[in-house]
Amino acid sequence: MAGITCYGTYIPRWRLARSAIGEALGVPTRGGTRAVASYDEDTTSLGVEAARHALVGVAAPDTLVFATSAPAYQDKTNATAIHAALSLPTSVAAYDMVGSSRSAVGALAGALDGCRDDRSTLVVLSDVRTGLAGGADESDGGDGAAALGCGASGVLADFVAKASATSELLDRWREPGGQTSRVWEERFGESVYVPLAVEAASEACKQADVDIGEIAHIVVVGPHARSNRAAAKALGVHPKIIIDDLGSSIGNTGCAHLGVLLADALDRAEPHDHILVVSIGDGADAMLFTATDLLPDYRKDRPAVRLAARPSGKLPVDYANFLTWRGMLRREPPRRPDPPRPAAPPAHRNERWKFGFQGSGCVACGTRHLPPTRVCQSCAAADEMEPVPFADVQATITTFTVDRLAYSMNPPAVVVVIDFDGGGRFQCELTDVDVTEVRIGDRVEMTFRRLFTADGVHNYFWKARPVAARTEGAD
Amino acid sequence: MGSNGIRDRVAIVGMGCTPFTEHWRKSTDDLVLEASTAAATSAGLGYAELDAFWLGTLDSGVSGLTLSKPLKLDYKPVSRLENMCATGSDAFRNACYAVASGAFDTAMAIGVEKLKDSGISGLATGGGGGDGTAAELSAPAMFSLLSPAYAHKYGVAEPELKEVLTRIAWKNHKNGALNPLAQFRKEVPKETIANSPRVAGALGVFDCSGVADGAAAAIIVRAEDAYEYTDQPLFVKALSLTAGPATGASDPGYDYTSFPEVVHCATDAYQQAGIRDPREQLGLAEVHDCFTPTELVLMEDLGFAERGLAWKDVLAGAFDLDGVLPVNPDGGLKSFGHPIGASGLRMLFECWLQLRGQADQRQIDNGRDLALTHNLGGQPGACVSFISVVGTTRD
Repeated sequence: MAGITCYGTYIPRWRLARSAIGEALGVPTRGGTRAVASYDEDTTSLGVEAARHALVGVAAPDTLVFATSAPAYQDKTNATAIHAALSLPTSVAAYDMVGSSRSAVGALAGALDGCRDDRSTLVVLSDVRTGLAGGADESDGGDGAAALGCGASGVLADFVAKASATSELLDRWREPGGQTSRVWEERFGESVYVPLAVEAASEACKQADVDIGEIAHIVVVGPHARSNRAAAKALGVHPKIIIDDLGSSIGNTGCAHLGVLLADALDRAEPHDHILVVSIGDGADAMLFTATDLLPDYRKDRPAVRLAARPSGKLPVDYANFLTWRGMLRREPPRRPDPPRPAAPPAHRNERWKFGFQGSGCVACGTRHLPPTRVCQSCAAADEMEPVPFADVQATITTFTVDRLAYSMNPPAVVVVIDFDGGGRFQCELTDVDVTEVRIGDRVEMTFRRLFTADGVHNYFWKARPVAARTEGAD
Repeated sequence: MGSNGIRDRVAIVGMGCTPFTEHWRKSTDDLVLEASTAAATSAGLGYAELDAFWLGTLDSGVSGLTLSKPLKLDYKPVSRLENMCATGSDAFRNACYAVASGAFDTAMAIGVEKLKDSGISGLATGGGGGDGTAAELSAPAMFSLLSPAYAHKYGVAEPELKEVLTRIAWKNHKNGALNPLAQFRKEVPKETIANSPRVAGALGVFDCSGVADGAAAAIIVRAEDAYEYTDQPLFVKALSLTAGPATGASDPGYDYTSFPEVVHCATDAYQQAGIRDPREQLGLAEVHDCFTPTELVLMEDLGFAERGLAWKDVLAGAFDLDGVLPVNPDGGLKSFGHPIGASGLRMLFECWLQLRGQADQRQIDNGRDLALTHNLGGQPGACVSFISVVGTTRD
């Protein structure tokens, strides 16, 4: 039977306290925090990080599907950058399903339906959500990504039923190119969505011959918060089986939220537990999963995959920087030249380096090079190199400097010289960091980022970031 | 290192240097014309009597037309050359080789840079066209990596090292205050230097060289003809250029306390010039003080100080105008300013003045007749290095 074969999530480290919005604008706000993608992150880079978590110890999928409401590019496929960053073989297909939040459930359902002949798909769900200053979308939105492997072998949760209830309505919309959404009066959406959600959920349960009372975990997700709450209540189940929407800490991560909450359910489920996912938006979809015996061992082998075990050491971002990072506040640029846009042919030639972060290792003497070279810097052997992947190798800071002159979206830039475990030195930017806390000897890991955008070209590459202690506990 | 060198086969018989400053009212053409004219005039030559030209500029023009057009040269060979901060020096080196080879009897080397038309702070170089993976590091950030590494390796407390760097800037400003052509012509209190706004790492604004426009030029002739042009020619003793493998950023063995390119370059140059103890034999040295820690490390790489001890020599004033070996008596890049392509020839211009007793208030009188110029282009771990040695007598 087809089902979920692996999963991973990525929530950026930065958190905006909602009270900061209230203080700046003089308006009342809810408590708690929302997750904020750093200035150098976008839906593509967030998706890469989630997919890296999901694919630890897992074979490459046959297809990669990427869903988001905030694609970095139109016309150009975004999934190909994720594909490249994961160093997937060229035979793996990569497609976008971008636009509405309903793309997420569509991508997942399509992938599960497509698991014939043992073919597998990695579904990457990612979003960066905000709204106009002082509004609910800004305050209650969140940024993050999730990746779900779909296949027919090594299944952690069987996909047992799905039902949809589609309806055309004007609830939430955004013109192409627009940065913020507009919504109709909330009570209207609620009146339409709640019956559709109950209809889809009931139909899915009926197909699987499962009583709603037998379900162990229910995810209700969608951009319409009021409908999510009302639909959960209308299902008539005990509130404690509804998976918390993480609104108080992360916020609603749009397309990603389905995956983030399903991952949370998978983190909690015992074998044979039923998990019902109800996704609301432009109709409703319900998917029913049943956890298998493989799930506990999968989790045990991968402590890092668990949402509750995401790195601690969250970083506070103030409201002015939050607005700047999202392009909502235009700040005076430094009197420095804008960075040149990366050129297409060299970026393509160097795909394995730029996106896959593969260096080279000398077969003759073992010296490792970043970036890859043809002639060995130690023994001068020419063309005796093999590719060496560095994306998942940790490193130690050998020296660093704080650059207050270089162009940066978030000055000052911290530049580190790092030595990788097992050999290999590299100089790059350090991100997700408090500049006053960097020390020689600190441990770092690599993360895929959007360095800058020039002439509409997003320059993706890798940066180092501090390795944070992973602690159990609520995000 | 195996270069034969051209010791005493060519001589400098004329030089010119414009003021280095923010020349808002002068173009590249103006600067080129002024330096060329000054140099040719000082050798008593017109352009028609010069056989070949080498023009060095990083980014202020391409091709020999950058020189032939403003000078209206009539069908002479003009090469345009670029080698980062060693650009002007390499133009000089090539002109020397051309004369030494016998291909020409006279040649001009000129360096020029017009930085202040760019509209930005600091130095910006071309770039672009790559895959976007090169680290975006400003020049001060690249060189700021030297000071913590040096402090750590030699057990110097970072505040103490800051004092050392401050003294280097203070000394170069003090020298520049005596130089009518320098960009900054006043002394700066150590306190002001030490407390200047941070640019990168421990480096403040006053640890950085001046960003300026300027040009400088030299006339080179066969050594045997030198006295036909001047009573006080300078003979070229050594010319050395090294380009490193640029592995510093990827080699765990590189520790940011030395420029191996400079060490190789110095060995070659001293061998060519027959120098055994540069600290005792050189009358002065003009070195590439793009940032204060660069000058500190260069004192060791050039053999002016023992490894790990240059900081003590700096504090003791060994490289002051009246020290055992005056370094950057004209103010250096720090206060003379650093129009990239012109700097190497500007350094040579100070040697020209000093060894001929024309440096006025800055005149060094230590009885030595050799001078050294040094340029470094690039960054720690990936650079080119140039050294010349010139002297007043033909051995």
